Amino acid sequence: MATEADSTDDIDWRSEASAVEMSRRERLREFGRRWVYEPAVIAWADMRTRIGLLILSVYGLMALVEVFGLWRNPGTNQADPLLKPFETMQFPLGTTRSGVDLLALIIDSTPFMLLMVLAGGVWATGIAVLVGTISGYKGGTVDNAITSISDFFMAIPGLPLVIVLAVALKPENPIFLGVILTINYWAGLGRSIRSQVLSIRESSYIEAARTMGTSTPRIILKDVLPNIMPYVMVNFVLAARYTIFAAVGLYFLGVLPYTGQNWGVTLNYGYEKGGLLTMEAFHWLLVPIVAIVGLTFGLILVSQGLDRVFNPQVRTRLTGESESIEEENETTTTGMM
Amino acid sequence: MNYYLRRTLRIPLTVFAVATLSFGLIRLLPGGPFTQLRVQLLRQGVPAEQVDARIQALQNIRPDAPLWQQYLDYLVGVVQLDLGESISYGTPVLEIIARALPWTVLLVVVSTVLMFVIGVLIGAVQAYWEGSIFDTVFSGGSIFLMAVPYYIFAVVGLFFLGYQLRLFPTGNAVARTVEAGFTLQYFTSVLHHAALPIIAFTIGGIGSTALNMRSNSIQVLGREYVEVARLRGLSDGRIATRYVAQNAILPMYTGLLLLLGFRLGGTVVLEEIFSYPGLGYYLINAVNANDYPLMMGCFLVITVTLVVAVCIADLTYGLIDPRISAGDTDGY
Repeated sequence: MATEADSTDDIDWRSEASAVEMSRRERLREFGRRWVYEPAVIAWADMRTRIGLLILSVYGLMALVEVFGLWRNPGTNQADPLLKPFETMQFPLGTTRSGVDLLALIIDSTPFMLLMVLAGGVWATGIAVLVGTISGYKGGTVDNAITSISDFFMAIPGLPLVIVLAVALKPENPIFLGVILTINYWAGLGRSIRSQVLSIRESSYIEAARTMGTSTPRIILKDVLPNIMPYVMVNFVLAARYTIFAAVGLYFLGVLPYTGQNWGVTLNYGYEKGGLLTMEAFHWLLVPIVAIVGLTFGLILVSQGLDRVFNPQVRTRLTGESESIEEENETTTTGMM
Repeated sequence: MNYYLRRTLRIPLTVFAVATLSFGLIRLLPGGPFTQLRVQLLRQGVPAEQVDARIQALQNIRPDAPLWQQYLDYLVGVVQLDLGESISYGTPVLEIIARALPWTVLLVVVSTVLMFVIGVLIGAVQAYWEGSIFDTVFSGGSIFLMAVPYYIFAVVGLFFLGYQLRLFPTGNAVARTVEAGFTLQYFTSVLHHAALPIIAFTIGGIGSTALNMRSNSIQVLGREYVEVARLRGLSDGRIATRYVAQNAILPMYTGLLLLLGFRLGGTVVLEEIFSYPGLGYYLINAVNANDYPLMMGCFLVITVTLVVAVCIADLTYGLIDPRISAGDTDGY
């Protein structure tokens, strides 16, 4: 116990002085090593992240192809109707009943989908983290007020609200649509982040930080946030997944307004114009499904792999640095006992 | 004040707030439902007074009254359970909703319980044998299940089991020939019709539940108190249930409350695919038919259902985690 206290004291005393002594380049390099290089190595070592990133880069590529106009635009009668996938390499994913290139349809709406997913995920998780940490850590009146507000938003089931809003607002911009789809997603997520923070705030290191007079934002940023980071990462992906599912589901039902055919609309056309009843047009249904599932699958794989970056327990166990740390831990526990 | 009492008292408050939101959506949004209906009727050459009278008949709101009056009228209507009259069905909205609500609740409750139980079991076993072949296979499976929207399971299930093999019906909640009542025939018919939607909805949620349980359990397994329990020589069974499972499920319980909301909302897509006559089915039909009173009625009732469900779950959460009912946290 004594040595532990000494060493922390040492770091504490020196930290200000060393910050001045360290050149900016050194600090930058240190920052890069800690926050970019190490996480990247750990993440890349995981099979799931590698596959996930590979899948996501395919979607990125598709978006680039669309942006630079490298593939033909979808149009009726550009090929024979209902070509099977890989029947001719000119239309690799086959065509619809009216002779539209399915690959062109998918590529055409990729940038739209990616923007929407990103907007939905960032909006939902950003607000949830802000609200959840503040309400969980501050407690008292602030907590009561925030909890009441998020309780109200939580009380509204997402899809029906989105449907009613879509009838009134007719969202067509992908970013606006992403925000609308996750309009009350933050409330529930904020609540579960709050309950995590509630148990973290009782831990001794938070109490220690508070006794030392550390400011609230600093405690939340430095002590609370790293603890919930794996949870937040996973939930960012879950929010993104929810956005895709909700958007495609509502396009599929024909509730959302649309200008071009996107994945959900293609699914709807495939479903209503015979994809369901005959095997002949089944690929029409399958192609948008694969597009949706692939994107979600890639996202989830990456988040699963990133779990290792943020979760210190998993991290030390995997990088093989665990021995010395574990010894230290053991001495502290015995010392405390 | 007592936690349970306070929590229960919050229900009417939330319902009131939801009704206000509902009114706001009806009246205040630019191009909101009734504005559209009004413009539509006026364009058809219907005189203004008749249009206003018709809208009042449909949704106890007088378009020519001042806003606060409309608001009060609407709230009074909601309290009296008068949700207006459906345009497309020509019957009171409440009648339609009363018939639809039980089916939706059946779908959500059964599929959510099944999903939770199966998911927790799989996740716990995975965490216990972390790194084994079982774990790898099921993790991969769970991740894949998570990536597939539940309505895809519904569509594929309907395609193969409904249309191709004709094992399950492709619409309705019970067979038309079966009389409602406490008969075995009625129950089997209900189960037969609900089976496919429930299975699709359950499979759609198992993946995330199992993964959640797995990662929670692994975190708990790394805690010191589990180590101490092992050192004390407690039996594996006791550690697994009392120390690990209980603490791993606890954070998932709050997640379950949210899940209820998502799943209740998700029935909209599910019921439409299976033509299952629940709230979501009528909601979509109302949207497609521009039947605004029915649409807003469905929205309001789905929301109130969720309010009640979340409250019930909240009250039981106090039983599981005593810290919650101990009162407010101190402000920092």
